[in-house]
Amino acid sequence: MNAFVIALVAVAGVLVGVAAGYWLPPHGRVPARDSSQAERRILLPFTGQEISRRSLEAAVRLAKAENAIIMPAFLARVAMNLPLETALPVQSARGMPLLEAIEQRVSSQGIPVDSRVGRGRSPRDALRKLIEEEHFDRIIVSADEDPRAGGLSYDDLRWLLERVPAEILILRPAPQDTRRISADALSGHF
Amino acid sequence: MAAGVGKTFRMLLEGHAELEAGRDVVVGLLETHGRSETAGLAEGLPMVPRRRVRYRETVLEEMDLPAILSRSPELCLIDELAHTNAPGTEHHKRYEDVEDVLAGGIDVISTVNVQHLESLNDHITELSGIRVRETIPDAIIGAADEVVLIDVTPEALLTRLRAGKIYAPERIDAALNNFFRIENLAALREVALRHVAEEVGAKRLTTELVGSREESLAADAPQAVGERLLALVEPYPGSQRLVRRAWRSAQRLGAELDLLWVRAPGRALPEDEERSLAALRQLASVLGARMLEEESDDLAAAIVDVAAARGTTYILVGRSRPARGLARLRVPLPQRLMQCLPGVDVRIVADRSGRSTSERP
Repeated sequence: MNAFVIALVAVAGVLVGVAAGYWLPPHGRVPARDSSQAERRILLPFTGQEISRRSLEAAVRLAKAENAIIMPAFLARVAMNLPLETALPVQSARGMPLLEAIEQRVSSQGIPVDSRVGRGRSPRDALRKLIEEEHFDRIIVSADEDPRAGGLSYDDLRWLLERVPAEILILRPAPQDTRRISADALSGHF
Repeated sequence: MAAGVGKTFRMLLEGHAELEAGRDVVVGLLETHGRSETAGLAEGLPMVPRRRVRYRETVLEEMDLPAILSRSPELCLIDELAHTNAPGTEHHKRYEDVEDVLAGGIDVISTVNVQHLESLNDHITELSGIRVRETIPDAIIGAADEVVLIDVTPEALLTRLRAGKIYAPERIDAALNNFFRIENLAALREVALRHVAEEVGAKRLTTELVGSREESLAADAPQAVGERLLALVEPYPGSQRLVRRAWRSAQRLGAELDLLWVRAPGRALPEDEERSLAALRQLASVLGARMLEEESDDLAAAIVDVAAARGTTYILVGRSRPARGLARLRVPLPQRLMQCLPGVDVRIVADRSGRSTSERP
């Protein structure tokens, strides 16, 4: 009888342990932020090898305030004589490290990040396609992007304001603030 | 590197040297492209005549594979390795003919431009804006005993072109305006030099290992020349980071990259996962990686099957979610993969998002 009771208690103990293991989070694990709660999405498009730090900081501030997801999007350009679905390893070699650096910065502040890569005949075309396919609530771009360096031109910004049904935050030029985020900001090797 | 650098010329010089050394040499296929110097150099070398193949009211001339095999020389010179054969011949591609010739115990010297290598095709397309349709698997070059780079400076090549030594006069302007631009040629040269350097490096490692105490490793070394990476993804945003890391590693290794998502049978994806999946497919397409999707209840078994079928040498996995309940007793996926796929490296990709980053101006 005693043996039966001991066995019963042991089995019950194991079951409780298993149930606790299933229902309780493991030690040291911080419950993940529920991304489904963060409905709002902030698009942060870029085309070159760096973006202005003001854009990223603005995106982070807004995302924190609105519990939003930041969507950094690298816009790649496909030459007219190539198929649109062409792989772009050379541009990717420039854009991917920056995308990684942005993700690291954003994630380290506890903000969910969901990157995108857009491809089109021009940055505007890539952005247009991305806008058609994705849901987001705001776009943040910096007006001081140098089009020669691959940023969005003033013409593109005008197009954004006229055609895109979203809140668009264009940061005015700040010539004294030349701080940029580039692949140099990467933590660890990439 | 490009048309006109002297590949065929060099191949014929090698043929003459071997002939003079007493070997039985034949020219299996020669493309002179109307260059008299090349045609002149071929004189004195026995040649297997081309055969005529009828295709849609047109008669095409192709290499005569049966005649070469029947002639059975010691060494056969076969030009233009990436050529696509006319329908009705034994194989679709000439490199497949060459494999038959090699299997027949005949040595082969062949020629190919770097832009025809499969793994470099996307890279060169983006650099030059021109898509080369005829490609050969990198393994063909990897299996060669020796790869010789015919290097010419872009300036010298353009001088040759303008002098009419590469194309007929009526084609020179078009060539100068398209492929034969100095920036294209410089990029091709860089790619060719780097590729051959890597090839030589890989072969040197193999040679050094033979006969040493690490001889057993040497047997696997040729496989290392043709690395193929497999990254395991799931439709959630963090997978993109894994894909980027895997792509970067593949670039460094000069390897192909496959992405694999194993989907539970019959499970409908919620909207956010559908979006993540679409983003993953787009990322794979831009990076030139192949996105594979399998349906299975057994994740490890599905991965093992795909890895075996694709010739994977390297598997990258993300950090697993913490196991709960009885799942804690199960062997973790990376260990199961290592058990089931001996010889395949398994790498767990760290999530660096939690690390502090220093501010930079």
